[in-house]
Amino acid sequence: MAMTMHVDIVSAEKAIFSGTATMLFAPAEMGEVGIAPRHAPLLTWLKPGEVRVLTQEGEERSYFVSGGILEVQPHVVTVLADTAVRARDLDEAAALEAIARAEHMLADKQADIDYAKAQVELAQSAAQLRTIQKLREKAKR
Amino acid sequence: MSGAKEIRTKISSIKNTQKITKAMEMVAASKMRKAQDRMQATRPYAGKIRNVISHLAHAHPEYHHPFLGERASKRVGLIIISTDRGLCGGLNINLFKKAITNMQQWNADGIEIDLTLIGAKSTAFFKRLGGNVVATATHLGDAPSINELIGTIKVMLDAYEDGRIDRVYLAYNEFVNTMTQRPLLEQLIPIHGHEEKELETHWDYIYEPDSKPVMDALMTRYIESLVYQGVVDNLACEQSARMVAMKSATDNAGELIDELQLAYNKARQAAITQEISEIVGGAAAV
Repeated sequence: MAMTMHVDIVSAEKAIFSGTATMLFAPAEMGEVGIAPRHAPLLTWLKPGEVRVLTQEGEERSYFVSGGILEVQPHVVTVLADTAVRARDLDEAAALEAIARAEHMLADKQADIDYAKAQVELAQSAAQLRTIQKLREKAKR
Repeated sequence: MSGAKEIRTKISSIKNTQKITKAMEMVAASKMRKAQDRMQATRPYAGKIRNVISHLAHAHPEYHHPFLGERASKRVGLIIISTDRGLCGGLNINLFKKAITNMQQWNADGIEIDLTLIGAKSTAFFKRLGGNVVATATHLGDAPSINELIGTIKVMLDAYEDGRIDRVYLAYNEFVNTMTQRPLLEQLIPIHGHEEKELETHWDYIYEPDSKPVMDALMTRYIESLVYQGVVDNLACEQSARMVAMKSATDNAGELIDELQLAYNKARQAAITQEISEIVGGAAAV
């Protein structure tokens, strides 16, 4: 029987693949690597591309990853896949956006105060209305 | 008959409310199941990264990643995860209470606080309360993706790396079971609690291209996955809290209807009795 290894492909959002395989190909930083069972321990970046798994049954499955990290131990291979496209500039832009949202939220005080004011006014007029109704009922009797 | 009629309209309006709360309960119940599945699905990723990090920390004692070292805290970062929508009982309020208790403690110790808010409810709450808000993310929906959180988390990580803040905490609701949600406040950075076990045999990875960038990338992803887990946990909490809240609202409406029905029957009977006595009185007079 051919030698096998356990392969896990996981992303932060879900487990993508888990099973026994005879071979795995991944787009590593320094070029595509093929990992067979009993490979030396290896830790490397992945570039966006296709991860192919040859399962024990001889079936070939492929998954697209947009980057991530590949961890290899002699009988366990783990692909920590990124679901998002990561690049320093893109992350930076996303961070700036989050800050801008916070600033916008704080600057938008006016709207919130108006809302709170309106709520208080509504409650007051509703109370007045109720009092008037009660007075009317009393007057009827 | 005017009393009876008023009661009848009131009953029908409560019945309508009951229909709505019942529907919301059922929607929350079905969403809860999906949220719980999603919660389970995120577990393996963080676990795997944790293993690799703890191995790296042992294999390279000479390289100290900033996320692993303690330092005196003058300013802390707090990430608060709340829901986007209300009608879920005391879920958010309990969490805010917990956060505020801690914030008061920090204030008393002279520690300043930077806030990062996730969820519309926390943004609204802290806008009114005040506080130094540095980043927000809202409207993540029922299936949040990690993309939407990367920027928000990066604001905190950058601040930590630049030395502007010395600790980062995460506040969210932990899903215990359908009836119980526990507000939690955990320390994110510096990472602690990684087991200090000695390796039996010393071995190390082959690194491509180098160990440090791989370590840095892993750390960032680890923190992100913890925050993401918090968001997904909080979502499951939201749905189950809403389900319970709506169930009790439906039950209360049912009780109210029963009571009103009784009052209505009495009013109706009183009106009939009065009518009969009037007729009898009239007939006697003729």
